[in-house]
Amino acid sequence: MASITSFFLENQEMIFLIILAIYLGEEVIANVPSVLHTPLMSGSNAISGVVIMGSIIAIGHAAPDDYLLLSFGFLAVVLGTLNVVGGFAVTGRMLAMFKKKK
Amino acid sequence: MSEFLLELFYIIGCVTFIIGLKKLSSPDTARRGNYLAAAGMILAMLGTILFEKNEAGQSIGNFGWIAAGLIVGTGVGYYMAVKVKMTAMPQMVSFFNGTGGACSAIIASMGLFSGSSTDAGFLLVAYLGIGVGAITFSGSMIAFGKLDGKIKDLRTNYMSYVNLALLIIVVGIMAVATVSPQTIDSATAGWWLLGISTVYGVLFVMPIGGADMPVVIALLNSLSGIAGAFGGLLYGNSIMLIGGILVGASGVILSALMCKAMNRSLLNVLIGNFGGGATAGGAAAGDQVVREATVNDTAIMCAYATRVCIVPGYGLAVAQAQHVCHEFEKSLEAKGVEVYFAIHPVAGRMPGHMNVLLAEADVPYPKLIEMDQANGMMPQTDVVIIVGANDVVNPAAENDPSSPIYGMPIIKVLDAKSVIVMKRSMRPGYAGIENPLFFHEKTKLLFGDAKDTLGKLVTELKTL
Repeated sequence: MASITSFFLENQEMIFLIILAIYLGEEVIANVPSVLHTPLMSGSNAISGVVIMGSIIAIGHAAPDDYLLLSFGFLAVVLGTLNVVGGFAVTGRMLAMFKKKK
Repeated sequence: MSEFLLELFYIIGCVTFIIGLKKLSSPDTARRGNYLAAAGMILAMLGTILFEKNEAGQSIGNFGWIAAGLIVGTGVGYYMAVKVKMTAMPQMVSFFNGTGGACSAIIASMGLFSGSSTDAGFLLVAYLGIGVGAITFSGSMIAFGKLDGKIKDLRTNYMSYVNLALLIIVVGIMAVATVSPQTIDSATAGWWLLGISTVYGVLFVMPIGGADMPVVIALLNSLSGIAGAFGGLLYGNSIMLIGGILVGASGVILSALMCKAMNRSLLNVLIGNFGGGATAGGAAAGDQVVREATVNDTAIMCAYATRVCIVPGYGLAVAQAQHVCHEFEKSLEAKGVEVYFAIHPVAGRMPGHMNVLLAEADVPYPKLIEMDQANGMMPQTDVVIIVGANDVVNPAAENDPSSPIYGMPIIKVLDAKSVIVMKRSMRPGYAGIENPLFFHEKTKLLFGDAKDTLGKLVTELKTL
C-alpha cells in the first residue's frame, strides 16, 4: 500500500496528464460524421507515428560501434517514417477527393 | 536552454495534433487539419534531433544513420501512398498502422536491452510497449493481407482457446518478469514477449473477417496509439505520450461506434463469430420466389421517379463500380430525379469505406447521407437501388429475434415505394444470413455484375 501511495504522489502530474489526454481524445472526435471516418482514422494513424521520436532518441544515443543497436534503430526509424509520411500522404490524398460541388 | 526549446517544440507539436484531429472531424477543415498535424510532427522531429539530450547530457549522434533512415522511410512511404489505388486504401492504412506498431515494439526493446534498470515501472512499461507494439504490427499486417485478398479467414473451434491461452502467457510473462526480475532476465523476457505477441497478433485477427473488419481496423489503430504512449512513458517523452494517448482514445471511440452500428459488443466481435451459418435460418426461405427485374424496367422506374436512393455496400468496391455508379447518378439527375446515397456506418471493410470510395468517383459528399437521416427520407423515396449491400439492409435485423443480426440498426429500404437489388447471384451475404428483403413484394432483383449492369442502365437512360 505504501508503495502505491508513494508511486501515486511521485507521478501525480503524469497521471493527471494521462487522464486528461484520454478525455481530450474522446472529446475531439466525439461528433465526427461517418463521411470522415476513414480520413480521421488514417490521420490519427499518422499521428501515432509520433513513436519516430523514440527511434531517433534510441539510435541517437547508441554507441557508434554498437552495430546491433544501430541496425535496430535504423529499422525503427525507417518503419516510423513510413508510418508518418505514408499516413499523412494517404490522408491528404483521400481528403483531396472530398469536394462539395463539381 | 536546449531542454526548454525541446519542450517548447513538443508543446507546439501536441497542440497541432489536438487541433489537427479536431479539424479532421469536419469536411471543410479536414485538409488543413492534416497539414497542421503533419507540420507539428516535422517540428517535433526537428526538435528531437537538435535539442534532445540523455541523462548524461549527450546530444543526439549518429546523424548519418538517422538521415539514411528518414530518407528511405520518406521515399518508400511517399511512393506507396501516392501510387496506391484509391480502392486499395483500406489495406494501405492498415499497412502503415502496422509499421508504426513495429517501430513501437523495436524502440521498447531497445530501451529494455540498453537500459540496466530493474525498476518495476521501467520494466513493465518496456514489456507493455513490446507486447502491444508487436500485436499491432502482426495484427495490422494480417488485416492488410486480408483486405488485399491475399489471406483468407481461418476459423476453427479451438482457435479462441489458443488465443486466450496465448494472451494469458503474454500477461503472465509480463507480470512475473516485472514483479521478480531475478527469476527471468529482462532480455530473455523481452524476446519471448516479442515472439509470442507477434504470434498472438496473427491469430487474433485471423478468424475475424468480412463485415467485422471495420471494428478490427479501428481497434488496431487504437492499439498503435497505446503502444506509442508506452514508448513515451519509457523514454520520458511528452509528445509520444500525449500523441499516443490521443490516438488510442480516439481509436477506442471509433471501435465503439463501429460495434454500436452492428449492435454487438467488442468482446463478441473479437471472440464470438457469427454462428458459422448454423442459425442461418435457411428453413424460412424454402421455396419462396423472387421477382426479377430487367435493365429496361429499372431504367424506366428510376427515370420517372422523383427521388432515388442508392445503397452501396462492399460489392460496389469489389466490382470497382464507383465511377459508373456516379455516372448513373448524373444521368438520373440530368432527368430531374433527385438522387442520394444512404451510407450504413459499417458498409464496406473499414470505417467510412463507402464515403472514400464514392468520393474517389467525384460524388459530392453532401449527397452521402448517414443512416439515421436516410431512414427519415425513405418514406418519400420512390426507388431504392441496392448495389452490393446485403446485411445492412436485412429487415430480419428488425423483426426476426432468431436472426444472428437481430437488433443491428439497418437502412430501412422497405419504407420506400420500391426496391431494386443488384446482385451477382442468390448467395447470402458475408454473415451467411438469409435476407427476407429479396422475397418481399416491394423488391425486384436485377442479376449481374454491378459494373456491367450500372453501365447498361446508363446507356438505357440515354435512350429514354
